[in-house]
Amino acid sequence: MSREAILNKVRTALGRSNGQAIAEPPPVRMRVDAMDAETRVASMMRAVEALAGKARRAATGEEARAYVAAVLDGKTAVASNAPFLRECGIVHLAGAQSGFTDAAELRAACAVADVGITSADYALADTGTLVMLASPAEARLISLLPPVHIAVVPKERVLSGLDELLTILPHPAEQTSSMVLITGPSRTADIEQILVRGVHGPGEIHVVVVE
Amino acid sequence: MSVAFDEKVHKTLADANLQLAIYRATARLIDHRKHAVTAIALPDYQELRTQANALKRHTIEHLDHYLEEFESNVAAHGGKVIYCQDATEVADFVLGLAKERAAQLIVKSKSMTTEEIDLNERLEHHNLESVETDLGEYILQLAHQRPYHIVAPALHLTRYDVGDLFARTLGVANETVPEKQALIARGVLREKFLAADIGITGANFLVADSGAVVLVENEGNARLTTSAPRIHIAVAGIEKLIPRAQDLAVFLKLLGRSATGQALTVYTSFLSGPRRAGEIDGPEEFYVVLLDNGRTKLLADSGKRESLYCIRCGACLNHCPVYRKIGGHSFPWVYSGPIGAIITPQFMGIEHEPSLPFASSLCGACAEVCPVKIDIPRVLLELRAEVKQAEERGGKNRLERLAFKIWAWVMCHPRLYEMAAMVAASVAPSENGKWLRSAPAVMNLPPVRAWLSQRDLPPAPAKSFRELWRKR
Repeated sequence: MSREAILNKVRTALGRSNGQAIAEPPPVRMRVDAMDAETRVASMMRAVEALAGKARRAATGEEARAYVAAVLDGKTAVASNAPFLRECGIVHLAGAQSGFTDAAELRAACAVADVGITSADYALADTGTLVMLASPAEARLISLLPPVHIAVVPKERVLSGLDELLTILPHPAEQTSSMVLITGPSRTADIEQILVRGVHGPGEIHVVVVE
Repeated sequence: MSVAFDEKVHKTLADANLQLAIYRATARLIDHRKHAVTAIALPDYQELRTQANALKRHTIEHLDHYLEEFESNVAAHGGKVIYCQDATEVADFVLGLAKERAAQLIVKSKSMTTEEIDLNERLEHHNLESVETDLGEYILQLAHQRPYHIVAPALHLTRYDVGDLFARTLGVANETVPEKQALIARGVLREKFLAADIGITGANFLVADSGAVVLVENEGNARLTTSAPRIHIAVAGIEKLIPRAQDLAVFLKLLGRSATGQALTVYTSFLSGPRRAGEIDGPEEFYVVLLDNGRTKLLADSGKRESLYCIRCGACLNHCPVYRKIGGHSFPWVYSGPIGAIITPQFMGIEHEPSLPFASSLCGACAEVCPVKIDIPRVLLELRAEVKQAEERGGKNRLERLAFKIWAWVMCHPRLYEMAAMVAASVAPSENGKWLRSAPAVMNLPPVRAWLSQRDLPPAPAKSFRELWRKR
């Protein structure tokens, strides 16, 4: 059996015995800067724009809904089951489908939709990143298959950065099978280093932070 | 130097377009990295490198512990770990699973580890279609070539090459605008994603305390590979482990910046096990293949063990004056540049291409930019010593040893040295003060010729240092 063969080779190479205890790994210093909410949101907006994403602040859920409606403008969309989208009234916009619980139906809808609408579990202000945990509220394919992705995020979910995320969520696997950090639109530079957006994932991304 | 290595090097050097392509691409990557690690962009860059090195050292020194911890956590989340010693075992596992599940189509996201074991070829040999989905890798698969660079696999091809290739292999119009070429690939590959039964990825990190596979990418093809098909298989070298999810705060900050100058790549996926109850989509089965393929052999050598710390950012390639001239395909295996020069002989055995550790100027740029602080020049020197020791044992190098003995003797006798220098200066043709590219007629002996085929000689000075010194 290769398992035993490999583990034995590793132990022999390192001069360790089976089950030998180890010291704690070196500590990692987490740098979480104290940052007020206003600074976080402003930084999030700047970072998203720097990545060629579109960033908007909305004073109310109603304002967020109006922004999403303007982007949709006759296009078809799949909206996730995130409670926040329902609170903002976004799931009932014309052209939007929501409430999927079946993988095959969701996938078929996402494969033809123009726009995917989600919330996000967290956002990272310094890098303009959306953090999405797969759950009954958020499917993986909504932020991936349609060419446009809109994320509507309440202000209090905007964290300072990666270190804060890993401080409040040190064990993501306890909560979900998939945590994805999304930092800007899909891109490639594989041909002559020329930047092309939207090669596989969405080429257009909108981040709406709601006060 | 083997004939094949020599030929590939000279072919690359003689191709002006290729030289320009390599130079431009690496210059751009150097520039992007430089701006991403400045004191303003990342004030604690050096501290992060030190931490990354300490974390990798700790993990590699206790690798058996972390492998077992990882394995039990993958199982706890409903996934399965498979240990494989070599390419055949990996192919057998994938083929067996594909047969059991009646799978016919595999989509793959970029993975150097699967390149290392020629997985696509092995699967296709058994009539299993396996499609690369990273744009660069897809182009290379159509062209039947291997990656030119760890992070920019198709940097040697122009948009015109890609236009011809797509027209020839996909039957589309010859399109030379990269944006439109990407759109063509998106269309073809989107259908593959939605039809595929199995998605195969590599892994940038394996997180022991979570049983998670971490994938870093910009295109979204790795997300599609791990979200659309019913089965996800990650193939990773055993050295990819890190102890905790929190360690990503160190490694993610270094990887994107060192590779392409990005603070974070567009997508970072942290995947632990198949879709869970209540989750709407995602794979139903999740496997992690842990590959040895020469790594345990390397692990036994405490002096060179640090070669396993590599996180495959490609920065050492971009900054290497040798890689920037001879390019990626001159190297004898899938790993090129300085990191390729140290891991190829250790994975494959030094006899695979004994001259590889010598294909370096030892300038140290690689060690300076390495985000996990691998001392590549030191490892190269150790490998050189090993190559020479092996040649001694094999009774080779008699001529070289004799030459160095004579040299040492001459160097120890100043008068003799002076005379020899005068003779050499008088017989060496000066070529108007230019460096000599071939052996002068009087020295055109096979060993001298071979030695000079890789080296240029400076012209003899008008006056020797000794003469100048005496006149002071």
